[in-house]
Amino acid sequence: MIYLFAAFAATLLVSSLLVILHRHPVTSALFLVLAFCSLAGIYLMLRAEFVGMVQVIVYAGAIMVLFLFVIMYLNLPHDVESGVPTAVRRGLGWVAGAVLLAEAVALAARHSQPGPVTGAYEMTQGNTQAIGQALYTRYLFPFEITSLLLLVAMVGVIVIGKGRATPPSAPGAGEDE
Amino acid sequence: MNEIPLSWTLALSAVIFIIGVVGVLVRRNALIIFMSIELMLNAANLAFVAFGRQMQSLDGQIFVFFVMTVAAAEVAVGLAIIVNLFRLRETVFVDEVNLLKG
Amino acid sequence: MLAAVWNDPTFQLVFWAVVKVGIILNGMLGLVSYMIYAERKIAGHMQARTGPNRVGPLGLLQPIADVLKLFFKEEFMPAGASKVIFVIAPMLAVIPALVTFAVIPFGPGPALVGADVNVGLLIFLGMSSLGVYAITLGGWASNNKYALLGGLRSSAQMISYELAMGLSTVGVLLLAGSLSLVDIVHAQQKVWFVVLQPLAFIIFMITALAETNRAPFDLPEAEGELVAGFHTEYSSMKFGLFFLGEFMNVIAISCIAVTLFLGGWNGPGPQSLGLVWFGLKLAVLLFFFIWIRWTYPRLRYDQLMNLGWKILLPISLLNIVVTAIALQITGMPAP
Repeated sequence: MIYLFAAFAATLLVSSLLVILHRHPVTSALFLVLAFCSLAGIYLMLRAEFVGMVQVIVYAGAIMVLFLFVIMYLNLPHDVESGVPTAVRRGLGWVAGAVLLAEAVALAARHSQPGPVTGAYEMTQGNTQAIGQALYTRYLFPFEITSLLLLVAMVGVIVIGKGRATPPSAPGAGEDE
Repeated sequence: MNEIPLSWTLALSAVIFIIGVVGVLVRRNALIIFMSIELMLNAANLAFVAFGRQMQSLDGQIFVFFVMTVAAAEVAVGLAIIVNLFRLRETVFVDEVNLLKG
Repeated sequence: MLAAVWNDPTFQLVFWAVVKVGIILNGMLGLVSYMIYAERKIAGHMQARTGPNRVGPLGLLQPIADVLKLFFKEEFMPAGASKVIFVIAPMLAVIPALVTFAVIPFGPGPALVGADVNVGLLIFLGMSSLGVYAITLGGWASNNKYALLGGLRSSAQMISYELAMGLSTVGVLLLAGSLSLVDIVHAQQKVWFVVLQPLAFIIFMITALAETNRAPFDLPEAEGELVAGFHTEYSSMKFGLFFLGEFMNVIAISCIAVTLFLGGWNGPGPQSLGLVWFGLKLAVLLFFFIWIRWTYPRLRYDQLMNLGWKILLPISLLNIVVTAIALQITGMPAP
């Protein structure tokens, strides 16, 4: 179990590093897919089957396909990252990252006492069923708001995608919906 | 049954979040910046699930569900903006987009 | 010593998993090659030809000859292709289809299911959404405009039809009250869900055709306009893998359709006939796929999008609402 977790975690770490290091957007996107899939694996190990599979369906199956579609549609080449301003900004970025990491380590070192021990999950009903029950009772209002959010996003995308008064022959980014 | 310690998952989540932050700071391709934001959201999701497991509660997973919905909406809108930006300026590099006028 | 290892539960788990994987992998490879044979034979008879009949009796050895031929073809790498992605794409075509077989109950009893997980249907949906990558990436990595067009078409097509496919299964979920495919089959012991959900079944089969890029939805490889679509630049076993992936996807999606709508292994007679019933239903659906392919002309791209977004999606939403209301009125409790 621990080894499996370590394997997933290592894949997740390496592929998310490659997302930000690789020069080609398509390759970055593919590594992000790999990262999301290994994250789904970790969710499965944490007994969150529903979230794990939704992670694959929504992130790997829909969101990243949209990313790839846009990258291919725009036909983006390798990123060129050269010049002094770029180098300065990159240096600053890595320094900021290192500071954040140090901060996290310091915080972890200060409060290192372990929390309450995790017992076995109450598996009287399926994980999906339990989530559904909570979603439609306790979290009904946020759930409905989410649908409103999606509607707004949908309308917004169509409006943005249509562009301003361009000739109607211009192909819209209608595929974005 | 050997369980995964909470601290491991949290450390993983923190590192992924930091990778996302660095990605936003060092890259100038808007699409990669966007992907880094997705990484940060996912790091937060991982923390939610890990804490939910620790507290024996489903609320963490339900929050992940909401975060995913928001992320999906955000990606659709963001990608539409990037496509529009590319049509206007022929670039997806954020430092080349330095005028408010289109 | 050996007995201790043998009785170790972890070892048992891994051992039986490997055995099942081996059986499914080899069985599916055999099934795919003979499905290609069946497709050529049926196509031949539908067009008043005889189909392959030279290699072996009735041409039965034709698939073996085909595979051997594919192995000895030249591997071709187009100039300017992204080499790694070009090689990975065909593999991605096969893997999701194979993973789907892990959750399909081929017969009664735990021995005939790869893994009875409580999110079985979600695994199928996830894998079918991952299937997009093979075609999209294969088309993009080839550095060929026809391949790229095929790849882009396929990503738009598969995303659009995935929605309707996912929604068409919700009716079944409402009736069965479980995401586990084993539970769904058990829920159909009295009446098959195709009787209660005819609309959902029709939508599922149409979207299945679109998801597997079979005619009349084979726009990604429309040979009249795109040469060969996403696999224009592929040759030898890489092309073979795409081919294999397509047919495996057809078989996987037919297995899911049998499980969700046609009662899975349920059928008259003793339970031990379950595997036979499953095979018969599967054969009927596979014949349906071939039959459609050689009967209908290809859709135009705008017709494809209209059908997906304006017809199938609203109908499947309506189906969910009607099913939910009917369940509430009749008081059929979700178990």
